[in-house]
Amino acid sequence: MYRYIVNRLLLVIPTLVGAAILVFTLMRLIPGDICVVRLGSGGGTFDERAVTACHAELGMDRSVLLQFVDFLWGFLNFDLGKSMWSGKPVAYEIVTRLPISIEIALMATIVAVAIAIPLGTISALKQNSWVDLFVRVFAIAGIATPSFWLGIMLILGILSVSQAFAGAPWMPPIDYVPLWQDPIRNLSMAIWPAITVGYRSSAITMRMTRSAMLEVLREDYIRTARAKGLLEKIVINRHALKNALLPVVTLIGLEFAFLIGGLVVTEQVFNLNGIGRLFVLAIANQDYTLTQALVMLVVAVSIFANLVVDLAYAWLDPRIRFA
Amino acid sequence: MRSRYGAACIGAMLVTVLPAAAAETLKHGGTLTYLIPADAPPSFDGHRETTFATVHSAAPFYSVLIRIDPQNPSSTTDFVCDLCTEMPKPTDGGKTYTFKIRQGVKFHDGSPLTAADVAASWEMIIHPPQGVLSPRGSDYAMVDTVEAPDDATVVFRLKFATNAFLPGLADPFAWIYKKAILDKDPHWYEKNIMGSGPFKFVDYQIGQSIKGVKNPDYYRKELPYLDGFTAIYADKQAVRVEAIRSDRAEMEFRGLPPSARDELVHALGDKIAVQESDWNCGSIVTANHKKKPFDDVRVRRALTLAVDRWHGAPALAKIAVVKTVGGIVFPGSPLAATRDELQRIAGYWPDIDKSRAEAKRLLKEAGAEGLSFELLNRNVDQPYKYVGTWLVDEWSKIGLKVSQRVVPTGPWFEAMRGGTFDVVLQANCHSIVNPALDVTPYLPGSAENYGYYTDQHELDLYDKMLRETDPQKQHALMNDFENYVTDEQAHAMVLPWWNRIIPYQSYVKGWKISPSHYINQDLATIWLDK
Amino acid sequence: MTTIVPDDIAISPIEIELHRSFRRSAAAFARRQPLGSVGLAIVVVIFLAGLGAEWIAPYSPTANDFATMTEPPNWAHVLGTDQFGRDMLSRIVFGARTALIVGFTASLIGGFAGLVIGVGSAYFGGKLDLLVQRVLDILMAFPLIIMALAMVAIFGTGMHNTIIAITIPLFPRCARVLRASALAIREIPYVDAARACGFGHTRIILRHMVPNVMAPFLILLTAFVGQAILAEASLSYLGLGVQEPTPAWGLMLQGGAEEYAATAPWIAVFPGLAIALTVFGFSMFGDALRDVLDPKLRDR
Repeated sequence: MYRYIVNRLLLVIPTLVGAAILVFTLMRLIPGDICVVRLGSGGGTFDERAVTACHAELGMDRSVLLQFVDFLWGFLNFDLGKSMWSGKPVAYEIVTRLPISIEIALMATIVAVAIAIPLGTISALKQNSWVDLFVRVFAIAGIATPSFWLGIMLILGILSVSQAFAGAPWMPPIDYVPLWQDPIRNLSMAIWPAITVGYRSSAITMRMTRSAMLEVLREDYIRTARAKGLLEKIVINRHALKNALLPVVTLIGLEFAFLIGGLVVTEQVFNLNGIGRLFVLAIANQDYTLTQALVMLVVAVSIFANLVVDLAYAWLDPRIRFA
Repeated sequence: MRSRYGAACIGAMLVTVLPAAAAETLKHGGTLTYLIPADAPPSFDGHRETTFATVHSAAPFYSVLIRIDPQNPSSTTDFVCDLCTEMPKPTDGGKTYTFKIRQGVKFHDGSPLTAADVAASWEMIIHPPQGVLSPRGSDYAMVDTVEAPDDATVVFRLKFATNAFLPGLADPFAWIYKKAILDKDPHWYEKNIMGSGPFKFVDYQIGQSIKGVKNPDYYRKELPYLDGFTAIYADKQAVRVEAIRSDRAEMEFRGLPPSARDELVHALGDKIAVQESDWNCGSIVTANHKKKPFDDVRVRRALTLAVDRWHGAPALAKIAVVKTVGGIVFPGSPLAATRDELQRIAGYWPDIDKSRAEAKRLLKEAGAEGLSFELLNRNVDQPYKYVGTWLVDEWSKIGLKVSQRVVPTGPWFEAMRGGTFDVVLQANCHSIVNPALDVTPYLPGSAENYGYYTDQHELDLYDKMLRETDPQKQHALMNDFENYVTDEQAHAMVLPWWNRIIPYQSYVKGWKISPSHYINQDLATIWLDK
Repeated sequence: MTTIVPDDIAISPIEIELHRSFRRSAAAFARRQPLGSVGLAIVVVIFLAGLGAEWIAPYSPTANDFATMTEPPNWAHVLGTDQFGRDMLSRIVFGARTALIVGFTASLIGGFAGLVIGVGSAYFGGKLDLLVQRVLDILMAFPLIIMALAMVAIFGTGMHNTIIAITIPLFPRCARVLRASALAIREIPYVDAARACGFGHTRIILRHMVPNVMAPFLILLTAFVGQAILAEASLSYLGLGVQEPTPAWGLMLQGGAEEYAATAPWIAVFPGLAIALTVFGFSMFGDALRDVLDPKLRDR
């Protein structure tokens, strides 16, 4: 097993480096010039000299190879550089926006798990019944519905319902306060995007739970447990769920990693100051350094999540553990 | 000229819908919460930025030398002093302006503000040192020197007399910084805020909000009425409209489309007030003269003759932020063409059928019937995409097959600067209405002119107009210039001017709309009636 | 838009039943997979709408009519009009065509690319397989929307570029799954036997391996079409996908939809419903297909 772990860890390095090269190349291929965008976006006149000065300021007049070496060196030293748009350190830009994204991702995962596992289990237990049908339709609807559309409808719904009941429309807060400062305000802002994103996650998890449970329920040891006369509740909780949950847990782990990236569209809808929105802005502003850092962050998180999941599998699967 | 055009046009421009109000007693206190339709300004340095995000974020913290009168902000000629004591008359044949600076003004850190600070700030704008950006520097090409001979006097010496100087001086980005700081570090103001304005800086959460609090030492004794303000960054229009609707914020200062206004008025009735004004932004269509067949003036004229501006504008006004049909000069300004003068220009003929027939005839003559090309457009809804869709439809009526290529801002600039487009829809926006300078984007060789052509006659016409100081004669010369650029040569097509719509909670008082979303943003005169 | 299909898709190829008569299997399908049949019905309707758009749509989808802006559903315009006076029903019908073009093209190209790479990699094994796996790892480390955004930023917007932008993140996922299936087959004796007989690589791959990964391939295709349509909707919503005036559901949700959501909700509701229903149909059909083709999940 240790050999497996070492091999697995070593694999991370070329993946990260490869991703870094890909990111750098992608960014340089994007047409456009951040200096022009910055100076001209007001639609007014600007001096041509200003553009040249801006290029010099941002180091864009150096050769591409030099820029890449700079990037790689900085990345290896955990120095993410400065945002080309605002001049502030990239780390600062990201860290100030990370809390809200992580909070929503966590809440979405909690919502997803809370809905998915019970519903998926019931659906598997009562296969082909009306409950099963409803759960399956519910799950597919979750995958099929565009999350941003759901978000728009949700906000509208909140406004209309609050206007109908309370006379004045109520809207979730639009500025972020940390959870410890004002938990109610924070939660009333975060719950809606969490539901929107969580619904989709829960749909995928629900289906996985259902199919994993279906497989496990056919196993002989379940039949034995039932034949022994054990209560159905114990059969499910102590025997079936434990084994069915393994693939589900790994799926949740992978989903969480992708949630961070998947918040891109949701944060637009709810006007959340998170890294998903930062990413769209960085691309729109053609801010190379910021975009590179963000993509590497997401990629690193997902590589790491894959690593953890693989290692967890290795630990839990006796065939590998005792190899 | 002010009496002839100004009063009537100001009245026509300004449409105010206010709830019937009894005599209002001024109330002090309260915090104004408003929205900024942007993510975050690239920096807080007004001298180096061109985006309204910077102005809306930091204007309350600073003072300027002169500005448009906040009590009459829709005027294009009513300039008043902020830091000076009275508006000077130019001397020396119109080439020297001497300003006397107010005494007793203090920066927020307690130090006194003197003429040296004013001169240093302006010097930074007009003659930026190496490594300092000043995008509006070329607006002040007529300035020779700016000096502070003593603590209370600032003198501007011009190279030639022109009445384009004073409006230029009222630039809302020209904040007065502290000379001592500028001397030490000319980039300090990009990330830091320290001015002499009605509000003091409190807090900035990047991408979230910026907060200010009342300046107790403000040199206008009564002001500001508010205790403080919070500005929240909200890029998404739907969020802003809903925030205003649910009273999470009082207003925004850029402009909302007609649908938002209708929704708010419908939902909130009396609780919402709306102010509207012509906006100092116009949409322009420029054809790439380097691409055939747009080098042929007949094709360019056909393009402008096909578009029915007089009927299109009122229809578009219901869904987009455009309204007034005008020429190259801001409608209502003394230099703007009158309706009669306009109707003689190609594209403004009152009979659209005759106009389109002429367009078809020109196309046939040029051998460009049924031409198909691509309109390059910016990926911004209001009003770019609406106007673009309307144009495609209008051009189809003379048999042209036009497709739209909508790109985000970066590639849009890239394509314009690279000349890789057929026809582009762009905007010409300015802060202070200063027609003599506002029309420079139409000049070949200007950084904003993406037509890629040379035309010495056009430059000569412009120069003559710029240096003419008699208003009547200048109006006639501007008319000649306009005829040449948009009719005879059809170098550019002017489309309806934008319309600024500001709906706001009706308990907000003391703010008047202006043609520019850059001016009148220091919030000093705003008070809350609740 | 993450793990598109759960990992339980490696199917034992030998048990695939391909020799029932079509009508019997169709009827049996409808009886045993009611949801799947509904899904299939939806897919067929969307297909017909897309193919026959010119005949079904009452108006032109791009004709502005400033006299009938934002009208609620009425007899003249069954689903109402948008802010340019364009008929919503016509735009949705033509939007079906755009959705299908984008969905199928991205899905087919991505699927075939994944098929070639996945099966080839599994067959040849060794260093080539390792290298391909690493490259796929790198590509799959990027969430789909981020990769698509980067592609759009490079290539530009518009329908063709949107298809490219969506295809590129799709094929590694396909390659992964198909490689897993192909690996299972590779170990089966008859492939060895075929090689012993001296058959060439191409023949073995095409004749023996590919047909046996057809089942997961088809299931993946149906899943991909749905994901591609959703990805296009997201890109268009961000303003980076298909552009005006092409009718596309995602694009319809972007522009006026949010602006008018409170005063003219039909502009936002109907395109969203169209997307949801279409992806719903494809997903249900894909599910049913998997249930039919995967013997492990059938009732005993």
